Amino acid sequence: MARPRVGDRIFSSLTLFFALLIVLILGGLLVVLNIDAWPAIQKFGIAFLTSIEWDPVREEFGALPAVYGTLLSSLIGLIIAVPISLASAIFLSELAPEWISRPVSFLIEMLAAIPSVIIGLWGLFVMVPFIRDPIEKWLGSNLGFLPFFQGPPFGVGFLSAGIILAIMIIPIITAISRDVMSAVPATQREAMLALGATHWEMITGAVLPYCRSGLVGAVILGLGRALGETMAVTMVIGNSYKLTLSLFSPGSTIASKVASEFSEASGDLYIGSLITLALVLFGITLVVNIIARLLVWRSVSVKGTGE
Amino acid sequence: MNRLEGNIRRRWSNRLMLVICGCAAAVTIAFLALILGYTIINGVSYFNLDFITQAAKPVGEPGGGMREDIFGTFILVGIASVIALPVGLMAGIFLAEFAGPKAASAIRFAADILTGVPSIIVGVFAYAILVRPMQSYSALSAGVALAIIMIPVVARTAEESLRLVPNSQREAALALGISRWRITLGVIVPGAVTGIVTGIMLAVARIAGETAPLIFTALGSAFGVQGLTEPIGALPLQIYRYALSPYSDWQKQAWAAAFLLVILVLGINIVVRLVSYRKKQ
Repeated sequence: MARPRVGDRIFSSLTLFFALLIVLILGGLLVVLNIDAWPAIQKFGIAFLTSIEWDPVREEFGALPAVYGTLLSSLIGLIIAVPISLASAIFLSELAPEWISRPVSFLIEMLAAIPSVIIGLWGLFVMVPFIRDPIEKWLGSNLGFLPFFQGPPFGVGFLSAGIILAIMIIPIITAISRDVMSAVPATQREAMLALGATHWEMITGAVLPYCRSGLVGAVILGLGRALGETMAVTMVIGNSYKLTLSLFSPGSTIASKVASEFSEASGDLYIGSLITLALVLFGITLVVNIIARLLVWRSVSVKGTGE
Repeated sequence: MNRLEGNIRRRWSNRLMLVICGCAAAVTIAFLALILGYTIINGVSYFNLDFITQAAKPVGEPGGGMREDIFGTFILVGIASVIALPVGLMAGIFLAEFAGPKAASAIRFAADILTGVPSIIVGVFAYAILVRPMQSYSALSAGVALAIIMIPVVARTAEESLRLVPNSQREAALALGISRWRITLGVIVPGAVTGIVTGIMLAVARIAGETAPLIFTALGSAFGVQGLTEPIGALPLQIYRYALSPYSDWQKQAWAAAFLLVILVLGINIVVRLVSYRKKQ
């Protein structure tokens, strides 16, 4: 073998350098956020996570309502999105002939491509009035005995945020679930059909169990997106800072709090508290995304991008 | 008799569930139709030539448009592309051509995690490393934030398209005694150019609509585009501001801006998909 040429060595080191830049950015994010969050972490410590105060005048800050709002709105989003997405994916992967599934997949990808601020605009002016009356009025008068459906119907609030999130994560969960289901070998389906199963029994008996971990991964990936979604949620959640079981109540998520207050914040402690909020969100989405990646990778690796 | 009834029940539950799945897909499409429909109807009715040729006017004065914000969006996408394209492409080349399996999966993992970082956090990062030290909101900091969002997308799509180039081409070129870096740039990258450009265009479409990372980096500007180290307006940012404003004039302009942005973003998506679909056939 001839010795490696100088040009090759320079070029491959150059590509390595740029590739490492990606790792560096990720590391930089963690380090820089920690440094800038430090004044708040130092002052409030772990109590930051359990305090419900948010008072810029007295410089008292706590994260609990924002963390609660983030989890609650994402949970509502998942409850609505998961059945619709999985059923859509089944339709696309198992039922529809190609001349239907191809354009429908295309349209679902278009839904994913619409910028979040436009979905927020639509949510604010079209969906929120509809949620207030009739949906919240109806829920309030018929299911008002449940703590979730009590209080005046504002329109803006956790329920609207959850529905908006559902609309935004349905295309993601659907697309990944469709890919995961399509990767199930045809022999699995044929074996089930040969036993005399109906089409639906084949899906629940052979396809879904075979790709369960991939589907869970798809849902968790959708969750990761919902937790960090900012613009659309900020526009429909109403930006109040409180802990309440009522889904009609306005609230905040971590992302909406940061988005709506960051550019007006002053002082190291106020900015530091907002950055600590961002750091909490970063931590949550990091864990969620890592779990999802591992699950999806394992189940699509048959045809996927890996080795 | 019992068995027959069981079979009838099975057949009907089969049909019912299949119909439900079809309905779910229809609901998803209905959301798209509702959002697009309202955006187009409202957008078109408030859209006019002034909207793209005039600068903004103060509240209460009729007319005025978003010329400067449209310009601003193009500048921000430009800055982001100048930074993200070389980094993303080279990283993609490393992943597809030079990396060992361990290095590749580590960097791929980092890229996927970076893709999943909420864009608002990327905005906070750009604020911390650029806006704060420079003591000013700036087009540059917003461009960097968008570039960070763009890099992993470009890298991963470039990698995937490079992998699709058949090994025989690499071997043929190597057999001619050409050095690897020339093969990469002269044979393999050109062979994968459709896929690479597709990925870049989709990444551009995505960052053109990003709003969250701009709020406290670009900030928006009442004086139009002034320079890279000054605040700058952008179309999505203006949609956000105007939508939440109490003035109905501004809310109408938000719809018009949303219409323009949807045309831009979905236009890129549709063209790119049609072209790559043609190519496949």
